[in-house]
Amino acid sequence: MSKILAVDDSTSMRQMIAYTLKESGYEVEEAEDGEAGLEKAKSQQFSLVLADVNMPRMDGITMVGRLRGMDQYKFTPLLILTTETGDDKKQQGKAAGATGWITKPFDPDQLINVVKRVLA
Amino acid sequence: MGIDISRFQDTFFEESREGLDLMESRLLELDVKQTDTETLNEIFRAAHSIKGGAGTFGFSAITDFTHSLETLLDRVRAGELPPSDDLVSTLLEAVDITRGLLAAARGDADIDAAAVAAAHEKLNHWQGGATAAPGPAVEPAQDAASPRGWRIGFEPDAEIFASGNEPLRLLRELASLGELDVQADIDRLPDLEDIDPERCYLSWRLRLEGDVSEAEVRDVFAWVEDECRLTVEPIEPQVAPAADSSSAEPASPAAAAPTTRPRPAPEQRSLRVSVDKIDALMNLVGELVITQEMLQQQGSGLDPVRDEVMLNGLSQLHLNTRRLQEAVMATRMVPVDFLFSRLPRLVHDLANKLGKQVTLETVGEGTELDRGVIEKLTDPLNHIVRNSLDHGLEGPEARRAAGKPETGTLTLTASHEGGHIVIVIQDDGRGLDRDRILAKARERGLPLGNDMSDAEVCQLIFAPGFSTAAAVSDVSGRGVGMDVVRQNIQSLNGQVEVTSVAGRGTRVAIRLPLTLAILDGMSVAVGRETYIVPLHSVVESLQPGATEIRRLTGSAHVARVRGEFVPIVPLGDLFGGRPWASNPADGILVVVESGGRRTVLLVDELVGQQQVVIKNLEANYKRISGIAGATILGDGRVALILDIGELVLVSSQAAAA
Repeated sequence: MSKILAVDDSTSMRQMIAYTLKESGYEVEEAEDGEAGLEKAKSQQFSLVLADVNMPRMDGITMVGRLRGMDQYKFTPLLILTTETGDDKKQQGKAAGATGWITKPFDPDQLINVVKRVLA
Repeated sequence: MGIDISRFQDTFFEESREGLDLMESRLLELDVKQTDTETLNEIFRAAHSIKGGAGTFGFSAITDFTHSLETLLDRVRAGELPPSDDLVSTLLEAVDITRGLLAAARGDADIDAAAVAAAHEKLNHWQGGATAAPGPAVEPAQDAASPRGWRIGFEPDAEIFASGNEPLRLLRELASLGELDVQADIDRLPDLEDIDPERCYLSWRLRLEGDVSEAEVRDVFAWVEDECRLTVEPIEPQVAPAADSSSAEPASPAAAAPTTRPRPAPEQRSLRVSVDKIDALMNLVGELVITQEMLQQQGSGLDPVRDEVMLNGLSQLHLNTRRLQEAVMATRMVPVDFLFSRLPRLVHDLANKLGKQVTLETVGEGTELDRGVIEKLTDPLNHIVRNSLDHGLEGPEARRAAGKPETGTLTLTASHEGGHIVIVIQDDGRGLDRDRILAKARERGLPLGNDMSDAEVCQLIFAPGFSTAAAVSDVSGRGVGMDVVRQNIQSLNGQVEVTSVAGRGTRVAIRLPLTLAILDGMSVAVGRETYIVPLHSVVESLQPGATEIRRLTGSAHVARVRGEFVPIVPLGDLFGGRPWASNPADGILVVVESGGRRTVLLVDELVGQQQVVIKNLEANYKRISGIAGATILGDGRVALILDIGELVLVSSQAAAA
């Protein structure tokens, strides 16, 4: 069973993501910022990490960079959640080691489509 | 998938309220002469989160406004715009406006459009007039003549795996766009002992055929743009490139001048549209169908020779209306995979819990079904699958003892059959136990016939409160199951049927209309009114002369239908206030069935069969017992659609009283 880590400081986004993915049969853990996400990711292995960019304490791009540097996440898909206008964020994310991005706003179907493709 | 995210709206409103409160207090604390970066970041993040959430939940007015707010704040925190008291009051005002927009989204207040526009204007003014949200990036137009396909060269960097990307995924995505021919180039592949499994040595030459735009092809590679060498070339364009292709010589003076001419946005594979808009479209098409049928009826009186042109026009109108209707309905269709894809997890967990081994197979996931239907099908389908695992499929020992493979198989199949979709859930378990069902039915006091066929026995499991599980298990619940399953499916104008072979397995078939908006109906006349009986509940119609009718107490009557006495519902009596026909031989008896129970409707005349567009009665008038909705007939009159489930229930209660 694929385990996914969803990191977003917005509770409603986190709930929406977690609910959507759980409904599709994935196991989901949530974290409310980059630091909390990093802690969770260290203590267990996820098959996919979704990270919001703008978060207090540690932003998503920094977190992705840290994860990519860890042996256990060397090849794991790490996606950042960014807005249409965040082209520079996409590039920064890629430079930090992100696999790709999901453009906000997205609806449940779009989220599942991307996740399914990445975890296929 | 039928995922309803509106349940998280309240969380969104709550966190937005908190975010605005935080913005407000931070703005009030802000020392414009000595700003603190973290405070500015906090303010920015709050606006950013509200914008993101509003986008997700579809509150476009909030998204638009907070987009400008966020853009402005981004410039402030980047140091491009020095904070000032003026700016702070503009931002505070924006906080208030956002509060108002949220209240309006919650339905608690009306939008003060003028105030919003003024505040929006102010925000934009601070940015030097830079206005609303930029639209999607407009890329150079593709050649207007679409090529037959694309020749794609894809040479990933050796380190591509290190970003979590996987060339195979990209190939799979391309293959989902059209006919893909794949050739791997293994020239760079070193000898086995030199291979580093963390590096990618392969590159690919691909040929993708189909109606695919270049933007779509490039989209597939968007994530790896910087990690590969990519070439995309059209295969044999069939028409010359369009005049405004940027490299082409101006073909005419008109094409030469306007470099500012808006270019068509790149073709997109999908577009997000709110369900409300599609429903509105659907409704309009429904109206159009009614108008068209009215014209069609009027046209039946025309002279085929003199009015030939008019008649041709009418027939074209008929054809195009149907096509339009189908096309609009198709926009609401989603693959049944949205329903199936959640089941592997359920089966996996349940099988573990029950100590059983089960393989789940799905067939026809691409079959499409109305989104509304899919949403309402989730629970029934879960229930049937749970039942299968709990009661149908045996544990490994029992299966071995029965000479079957230890792993049971559960197969889900979706397919189209005429205007219906059929979903079949089949297991190779022990099958329904006839004797236990009969015993349980007796215990529950359900009416049992003599010599019931296996099919009739199977139907008993749909009776209210029926459950054969020796003990109530926490898997399949308390035996409210199949009863509720059937009700849910009937509420979708569908049917559910169970067949079973002892020792071989059970098969549940759900048959559903493709859409909830249209119904196959039988129109019947009662006095001057026409009623619509959903065709799927009609069993047969009888001449009363040939049928024995008995009077019970009061005005209740029963008819003898194939050896069984069935309560009669005189429609004229029920809806028209017309007394029970002294001579029922004047009418026609229509036998209908719902929930395994039958009732006879007494009507004056059968008018015919037709597809009707369902209109909600509650939304337009109020709920009436026994009526499921209304429709408008070709001649403009309103006909009520009968709620057979309710009529059957009421009549059998009345007959039992």
